[in-house]
Amino acid sequence: MSLKHIDLLICCGSGCISAGALKIKERFHEVLREHKATNEVNIIETGCMGPCDYGPVMVIYPEGIFYQHVTPEDVEEIVSEHFIKGRPVTRLMLQNEEKTFSIQKDVPFYQKQIKVALENCGYINPESLDEYIATGGYEALGKVLTEMSPQDVINEMKASGLRGRGGGGFPTYIKWQMVHDNKGAEKYIICNADEGDPGAFMDRSILEGDPHRILEGMMIGAYAMGANMGFFYIRAEYPLAIKRIKMAIAQAKEMGLMGENIFDSGFCFDAEVRTGAGAFVCGEETALIHSIEGERGNPTPKPPYPAVQGLWGMPTVVNNVETFGNIPTIFRKGAKWFASMGTEKSPGTKVFALTGDVRNTGLVEVPMGTTLRELIFDVGGGMIGDHKFKAVQLGGPSGGCLTVEHLDTGVDYESLKERGSMMGSGGVIVMNEEKCMVNVAKFFMDFCVEESCGKCSPCRIGLKQMLAILERITSGFGREGDIEELQRLGESISKLSLCGLGQTAPNPVLSTIRYFRDEYEAHIRDRSCATKVCKDLMHYQIDKDRCIGCSLCARNCPVKCITGSREEKYIIHQVDCIKCGNCYDVCPVKAIEKEPGMHPDTVAHRSELGKAVNRYEDL
Amino acid sequence: MKTLADLKKIREKAQEDMKLRGGNVRIKISVGMGTSGIAMGAREVMKTFLEEIAARNLSDVLVTQTGEKGLSSMEPVVDLIEEGKPKVTYGNMNPDKVKKVVVEHIVNGRIVSDYVVATGD
Repeated sequence: MSLKHIDLLICCGSGCISAGALKIKERFHEVLREHKATNEVNIIETGCMGPCDYGPVMVIYPEGIFYQHVTPEDVEEIVSEHFIKGRPVTRLMLQNEEKTFSIQKDVPFYQKQIKVALENCGYINPESLDEYIATGGYEALGKVLTEMSPQDVINEMKASGLRGRGGGGFPTYIKWQMVHDNKGAEKYIICNADEGDPGAFMDRSILEGDPHRILEGMMIGAYAMGANMGFFYIRAEYPLAIKRIKMAIAQAKEMGLMGENIFDSGFCFDAEVRTGAGAFVCGEETALIHSIEGERGNPTPKPPYPAVQGLWGMPTVVNNVETFGNIPTIFRKGAKWFASMGTEKSPGTKVFALTGDVRNTGLVEVPMGTTLRELIFDVGGGMIGDHKFKAVQLGGPSGGCLTVEHLDTGVDYESLKERGSMMGSGGVIVMNEEKCMVNVAKFFMDFCVEESCGKCSPCRIGLKQMLAILERITSGFGREGDIEELQRLGESISKLSLCGLGQTAPNPVLSTIRYFRDEYEAHIRDRSCATKVCKDLMHYQIDKDRCIGCSLCARNCPVKCITGSREEKYIIHQVDCIKCGNCYDVCPVKAIEKEPGMHPDTVAHRSELGKAVNRYEDL
Repeated sequence: MKTLADLKKIREKAQEDMKLRGGNVRIKISVGMGTSGIAMGAREVMKTFLEEIAARNLSDVLVTQTGEKGLSSMEPVVDLIEEGKPKVTYGNMNPDKVKKVVVEHIVNGRIVSDYVVATGD
């Protein structure tokens, strides 16, 4: 007999787990035992609920009460006050200056979101097939297999207008149609879960939070194109996602939702997991296919497209995790319903991973066409502290940055591309005015140089050259003409590279030059980094009036470049300073200041030594 | 798994297990669990509700708890909230009265006026 009257949903997405969600779960078990109330509460681990910044978070049903920043010490109070006495703990609810948000759906973070692919993420127990079925799971598959022909399925996909969520935005139905029309005996369907962009975690969260949805989406696709075998290509850095999808496959097989003759329709399907070794280039579909084949993960020229000649030379479709995540809902609620959301050319919703200097970092899903302003300021809660918004990088190392003037741009494939950025897989990195755009471009370029597979020379050699120029600029050896050289290189690399990695890698540099050219110029001409990020283009200085001569800075300086006395106060010898910032941190009276620009002493020193210090001279 | 009907069966059972998270709720029972309510036996009252509802397999009834209602002299106090109808508040509840309320009010739709202490908001 069930006495359970409370469902406690603890977010166990990777973000909350690293914030201590599992310890909290253990503590709940302990405390409930102490109170002899274990038979009153269901403790359920869910996938990512989204607002990772508030983590660990939890929702308590039937009321739907939302707690944030919960610690193991809070558990006792939650159990004794809320569970036993029915008095929710206001202290743990989300509060702002004006009000307290007790119920999950009232929290501003959730207000503008429409969840399709994330529908069940944070709501069901991802390890329970029953809970997925309770939310309507596998109904779409049943309907497709018993009532629709493969061509009907493709037509429905066409009507929905769903486009690939991996970044390219290629209409999904076209890929399916191509493989459907190909009369090969053996066909394959692959789920691309090799999510490698810095700051992106959409695919991981969906796989961890709702694995059956992805499996169902894949099976619908397989039926439409006539494939009987599927592969999940998941990077090895996602152990939980791998575990959950393997578990989902085993559960579906056991219940007869996978395997032979599903729903008595004659359709057979099996799927396996392949793990990637963490190479960014393996997110490119031809490289991914080679990796599954056991070959080195290098891209090959297209055509032949995978839809014609893919895995082991057979027609193959590669779809992204989020693309599959939308499919069951499209068939349950209809293509029309799906197409009614978003914009005309980009229907539906898109999941974004919000990170950077924004208040509510986390996982969000909004309709296409939502403006960047709504995404960053309404859903994201605006900037942290008193900082100003400076730029947003969309699409990770393949995308470009946008600025204040683009805040009212709707987020869809075309609008972003027009402005020199791209949708990418959905990573959104928000930056405040303290970020140096040249340095940001250098960071992404460094990533792409690391991840280039080395097969084609524009990407292998060209990116390396671009990185060298960026390093030269940020270390104070930039020359006139560097900006133009970067643009020339970037444009040729985009045109000449073999695969998407090289073709898009110059984007961050090109877009930052487009919108922040003055910053590049200041770095080169004035040897100055206004944001004081580039160490060679800033310096520390001691304000003599404020200095109390305590010698703390001198004693903490690792290179002993600070000298002085109580009477004469202290000074920094600029030429020797390595800009470690120790003095800045330890000064008890905040007499040390960061100043933009290279110190005149350093400039003189460098010109004296010339080639001896300029390792970029011959470049 | 051979037909959609098989799937539906599993779904209905699974939905029943998940009903606390919303969905098809006809009557919500809200037990006042303030300090005085608990002192007067509100926990027993709530347990009896849960047992009776489970025993009768009533899938559209939800039991929840709330804080002090202010009617300390009549604890344990229970609200029955039915959609489209005024709220009914029962006072001085005990497990035997709960059984009667479940049979009469929840199953047969007849308010047990002897135990009612207030109606409406």
